[in-house]
Amino acid sequence: MPEFVIEAHGLRKQFGAKTAVEDLSLTVRRGEVFGFLGPNGAGKSTTIKMLLGLVAPTWGSASVLGAPIGDRAVRARLGFLPEHFRFQDWLTGRELLQFHARLLGRSSREWASRIEALLARVDLIDAANRPVRTYSKGMMQRVGLAQALLGDPEIVFLDEPTSGLDPLGRLLVRDVMHELRDRGTTVFLNSHLLGEVEATCTRVAFVKAGRTVHEMSLADEDGKVEVVIRVGVLTDDVRAAVAQWGRIVDGAAAATVGPDGAPPLERLRVVVDDEGRVPEIARAIVGRGIPLYEMKVARKSLEEWFLDVMGDEGRPG
Amino acid sequence: MTRVGGGFLTIAHLTLHEALRRRILLAALIAGAAFLALYGLGLFALVKDLGGDPKTSLLERRIALNMVTLAGLYAANLLVVLMSVLLPVDTLSGEIGSGVMQTLAVRPIRRRDIVLGKWLGHWTVMAAYFALLFGGVLGLSAIVGRFTPPRIETGLPLVLLEGTVILTISIAGGTRLATVTNGMLAFGLFGLAFIANWMEQIGTALGNQAAQQIGTIVSLLMPSESLWQMAASQMQPAILRELGDSPFSPFSVASPAMIWWAAGYIVVVLAIGVRTFERRAL
Repeated sequence: MPEFVIEAHGLRKQFGAKTAVEDLSLTVRRGEVFGFLGPNGAGKSTTIKMLLGLVAPTWGSASVLGAPIGDRAVRARLGFLPEHFRFQDWLTGRELLQFHARLLGRSSREWASRIEALLARVDLIDAANRPVRTYSKGMMQRVGLAQALLGDPEIVFLDEPTSGLDPLGRLLVRDVMHELRDRGTTVFLNSHLLGEVEATCTRVAFVKAGRTVHEMSLADEDGKVEVVIRVGVLTDDVRAAVAQWGRIVDGAAAATVGPDGAPPLERLRVVVDDEGRVPEIARAIVGRGIPLYEMKVARKSLEEWFLDVMGDEGRPG
Repeated sequence: MTRVGGGFLTIAHLTLHEALRRRILLAALIAGAAFLALYGLGLFALVKDLGGDPKTSLLERRIALNMVTLAGLYAANLLVVLMSVLLPVDTLSGEIGSGVMQTLAVRPIRRRDIVLGKWLGHWTVMAAYFALLFGGVLGLSAIVGRFTPPRIETGLPLVLLEGTVILTISIAGGTRLATVTNGMLAFGLFGLAFIANWMEQIGTALGNQAAQQIGTIVSLLMPSESLWQMAASQMQPAILRELGDSPFSPFSVASPAMIWWAAGYIVVVLAIGVRTFERRAL
């Protein structure tokens, strides 16, 4: 039985007439890198803020590390990097971390070595005595990460941590998330960057218009696989036979030139519930005397999942 | 185990440090220094004049010096009022707007401690500024004019209480209002109390009860001007007060109960601010 570190039931947040979060339920297990995915304005940030006690839910309840949201003792065990991270920018990088150490109930002397180690980890030793005001966007985000990791938190909440960062900055965030995962720290990642989520998360939830519409593990993707089939002739009969075993997502006459001037091959993409269906499909094609050139099992990418789950409304423009 | 608590003093300490390196404080210090220099020069000229004229009686000299000193204190009072509103006016609204507050409020500290810590930090700066300006005016009067107004030990705490009332409004307003709105509210209330107090004075002098009552009610809603009038009336000789012929000799001075009212007012306004901040989405 896995330990749930976050459990939310029917969270709802209303700002005046505007509903930011409609009806949100989710669970996060200890040690998971949990990706919270959705288009801009889906309620991701508001959800994180509710879990952290920054925003009180209008309805519903949630617990974090076993206590009701906002619990003061639990907040000492959480780390948070907000989306638009802004700090007391007249402090130096080191002073900022010392200040946060005091907010965590520790003297800056007590945590001096910890602060130095964090500054080194985010490569800010050289800039540690400069006011944060003079930092570049990337440095600002690094000091923000250090701040979020300061208390050795059990859960780290990262809200769009790579937005507006250059590739090096993104890489650092990704590395830090891998380190956290290896250490067994739970990470709650808000993002709309699917590549980032795919590379780091162990489980994701899709949120759309303030509701969780789909939760899945990235380890097995619910067993669904996509099969790409290339055949000599694509008849309606073949299509019907294949459709028996799975859902055809792309099966038109997307003709490609065959090998060595052979007649063009036709391509079919099918999503099946489990890999066991693959031989059945092969048998159905071959049994009908259709030449089968290729059958490839492809993992469905997160992007395809995203578009599937979100529907066309999720697409911009 | 992480210890919990100590947030109040940490915030107060940070606020103090932040205030001390802000440009507005520098501007206030320059304005204060310029004002004190001007006051010193004017006083010097006046004292030279008074000393050289044998027709001036001791009483006249005393009245003149008291008037000038009170005028200096009044100007110092206005600078302290400006400072009390402007220094903390954006401390909460600004940090909420920019998102700085988010990283602060997720730490294991009470929201109450954020408001109270900021209050204490700014109060300390305001009190220091008050001490500087009022100490400057009284010091110049003592050195240049060899004059010290009576009962400054009761007058000065009243002025500090006035500054505290205004500072508290500015901080509490920031828990809910945007910076500019909050500044307008604080200055608006101050101006309202100023006008109402004059209505009360004129109403009393002319025996117009309605004007007097309106003045009293507004003074209860915003006690700043009443506190200044009480302080001014304390810091002049009885004879001048009885004559009532200067802007600092009010016809109607609030009863000592106003001090308790103002103290309670500060506590209530601060409590409302804390409560608003505790409930607000950050």
